[in-house]
Amino acid sequence: MKTPVQSAGVLDGCRALDLTDEKGFLCGKILADLSVDVIKVEPPGGDPSRRMGPFWHDIPDPEKSLYWFAYNSNKRGITLDIKTSDGKEIFKKLAERCDFVIESFKPGYMDELGLGYAALSGINKGIILTSITAFGQTGPYRDFEGSDIVVMGMSGSLYLTGDSDRRPLNISIPQACLHAGADAGVGSMIAYYNRKRTGEGQHVDVSMQQSAAWFLASTVPWYELSALILSRVGTFKTTSYGKVVQRQVWPCKDGYVFFFMLGGPQGAKTCRALVKWMDDLGMANDFLRTFIWEEFDMFLAEQDLVDRISGPIEEFFRTRTKKEVLDATVARSISISPLFSMEDELNDQNLAARGFWTQVDHPELNAAIPYPRQLVRFSETQAPTTFRAPLIGEHNREVYGELGLSVREIVALKEAGII
Amino acid sequence: MDAMDLTGPVQKTRRLDQVSDVFSDLKIVAFSWAMVGPLTLKFFADYGARVIRIETIHRPCHTRTASPFKDGKAGLNRSGYFNHFSANMMSVSLNMGHPRAIGLAKELISQADVVMENFTPGVMDKWGLGYEELKKVKPEIIMVRQNGFGTEGSYKNLAAFGMILAAIAGIPNFIGWPDRDPLPVGVGAYTDCISPRFASAALIAALDYRDRTGKGQLLDLAQYETALSFILPGVLDYAVNGREPARNGNACAYAVPHNVYSCKGDDRWCAIAIFNDEQWAKLCGVMGKTGCIADSRFDTLLHRKENEKEVDALVESWTRDLSPEEVMARVQAAGVPAGVVENAADLYADPQLRHRRLFWPMDHPEMGVFTHLGASLDMSKTPALARTPSPMIGEHNEYVLTKILGKTDEEFLELLAAGVLE
Repeated sequence: MKTPVQSAGVLDGCRALDLTDEKGFLCGKILADLSVDVIKVEPPGGDPSRRMGPFWHDIPDPEKSLYWFAYNSNKRGITLDIKTSDGKEIFKKLAERCDFVIESFKPGYMDELGLGYAALSGINKGIILTSITAFGQTGPYRDFEGSDIVVMGMSGSLYLTGDSDRRPLNISIPQACLHAGADAGVGSMIAYYNRKRTGEGQHVDVSMQQSAAWFLASTVPWYELSALILSRVGTFKTTSYGKVVQRQVWPCKDGYVFFFMLGGPQGAKTCRALVKWMDDLGMANDFLRTFIWEEFDMFLAEQDLVDRISGPIEEFFRTRTKKEVLDATVARSISISPLFSMEDELNDQNLAARGFWTQVDHPELNAAIPYPRQLVRFSETQAPTTFRAPLIGEHNREVYGELGLSVREIVALKEAGII
Repeated sequence: MDAMDLTGPVQKTRRLDQVSDVFSDLKIVAFSWAMVGPLTLKFFADYGARVIRIETIHRPCHTRTASPFKDGKAGLNRSGYFNHFSANMMSVSLNMGHPRAIGLAKELISQADVVMENFTPGVMDKWGLGYEELKKVKPEIIMVRQNGFGTEGSYKNLAAFGMILAAIAGIPNFIGWPDRDPLPVGVGAYTDCISPRFASAALIAALDYRDRTGKGQLLDLAQYETALSFILPGVLDYAVNGREPARNGNACAYAVPHNVYSCKGDDRWCAIAIFNDEQWAKLCGVMGKTGCIADSRFDTLLHRKENEKEVDALVESWTRDLSPEEVMARVQAAGVPAGVVENAADLYADPQLRHRRLFWPMDHPEMGVFTHLGASLDMSKTPALARTPSPMIGEHNEYVLTKILGKTDEEFLELLAAGVLE
């Protein structure tokens, strides 16, 4: 479906149909960044997730969703009503020529349409069907309703996040779908690699709850070994089996600095460099100057020791700007970081040196918007050129033409509301 | 609370060389530590790859030296963190300071398909194990470098911890209350769970490319850049609209109620999210407050948004007397999103996560029956399998040297005596 370019992308020649809403955007995005030809399949009129803000110049319009832009760049887009019999037939034809189908409908919906794994593998035994849902295709909660805050709550993230004197907090940009979408990308690739061995595809079943809990469940060892339930401690971090807290978010002159005193073989260097910096500016006391960081074990330290160390450091950070902290961090090799604002991200010299932001044209908006380049850089294969997310039905003529439909047929399907 | 009640049947262990699976022909030599290392390796180890982690007792991974320990007693093979994350992997201890260690590492690499690392970038180069050197050992090698700040740029030499990386990626801007400071993600090392997914998908693509063309390559990613991609809509909002993120608790612009609500018990909460009038009507029905459906303060999204505090108080007046499990069950029964804000004990017992095999109880020589982290997703034909418990440091020295490198027993013992395998 895609004309091969001169220097090959790593998965050039692979194709995916992406039926997902926001729950699964990232899966197709990861594949697209690996040079897979990813075709977003939306219902006629556009995917409802185009309603997600923020919007270009705050104009709510399905063609102006920045959320949609963020995770659908490098994909082509068609419209197709897969509930109609013509739509199903066309979808099957597309699936015949594809490696991946990615979907995020409720469990069982694709089967109801006659487009589940059994049906698709009957047409194309190599097909890989990747499904992303809130709780997975099976299990006691499979039919539960999910939303980001609900799923993040059920993954263990919320309970650990927030101030200790207030209710648990969610991250305000939905995250569970990103963990799941990224997992779905890996699962799809594992299935793809397996297919080389067996010639057969399979059904990859991803649950947002499970994907988010996968790592966030690291509190489980504490519970199992020490019967300790870790809880949220706000801007502090717990150590010493939860009994001691140390600050990790420190106010500075114009923002915040993130730092925690690790000490020991891993953290001594940073702590010593910080004290040296304080001392150079006349803000370290004798206690800190002579402190032996190698012997400081944050997992065993007592609260009054932690407080005694923290006091002057807290005072010091209040006199520094984010820029001063960042400069010192680099010059003195200190592992601390100012909290970057969005402006900082876009202007960061390090990201600029790494070629991170690429201006991508949006001709309809008469503007260019910065996007990240491919996150993984390959030395041998070429990264695809980043192009903006598709407009609604933008590639109908191109994709359906590749499928062998005539212009007349495409027009008829459009008139019938099928594409 | 008896934690062990729930561990369930102990997974059978198998010999690492008796598997046939997606990656059973694959060998990975991993200079990988912290969480980002094992979480990347899991995607291969759990599907049959032979993953050989190079460690050293002279500078063990901090996950081996961190609490919690089995019975509270410190020991390199007793840490809950290391052992939670390292099922199905092998460990070889190699004293990289020993003059013969690098040669041995190269011998191993010559037998491998992939070399992975996530130290600060200078470390591998200092050892003469940068990509250019590895290519001389094995031209088609694939190297994955997953450093905190990447291999280039002014931050590259900074030691990178997840919490620092998350801050430089801007994530705490999206967590907090309007009247308080920004907050870290509860699990500090947030970036450690993001980066491995990008690295793993890319590595499989590179393996496929190598199989087709015979060419290896270097894959290079920065952990903090992958985390930045998780808040990309926020960056675009600034780039286009000039708006920095605001900290608004759990509020969502287009959903009310949208919060976590206090339930019966100590620090017990249930999340509820209502995106439309239909769900609101159902929730009111469940709460026995059908009068609120048409109440002019609550009847539309905009009215509910205007009176969000009252809405929250109304919902909480109902949840307060119920356990979070009861709230979830009743609200979900009406087809409305609700979920227990799960703590560690809840996660451990969660029937859905157990059904999905998130946890693998395995019998570990020093830990006893201990819960290892299991599958993050489900593959219909090639499920992730629990094979062996997390390795003790250097546990596979003999196996790897004699069976993979073909050393004689005498040669192995000599290396041991010379202090190379520490």
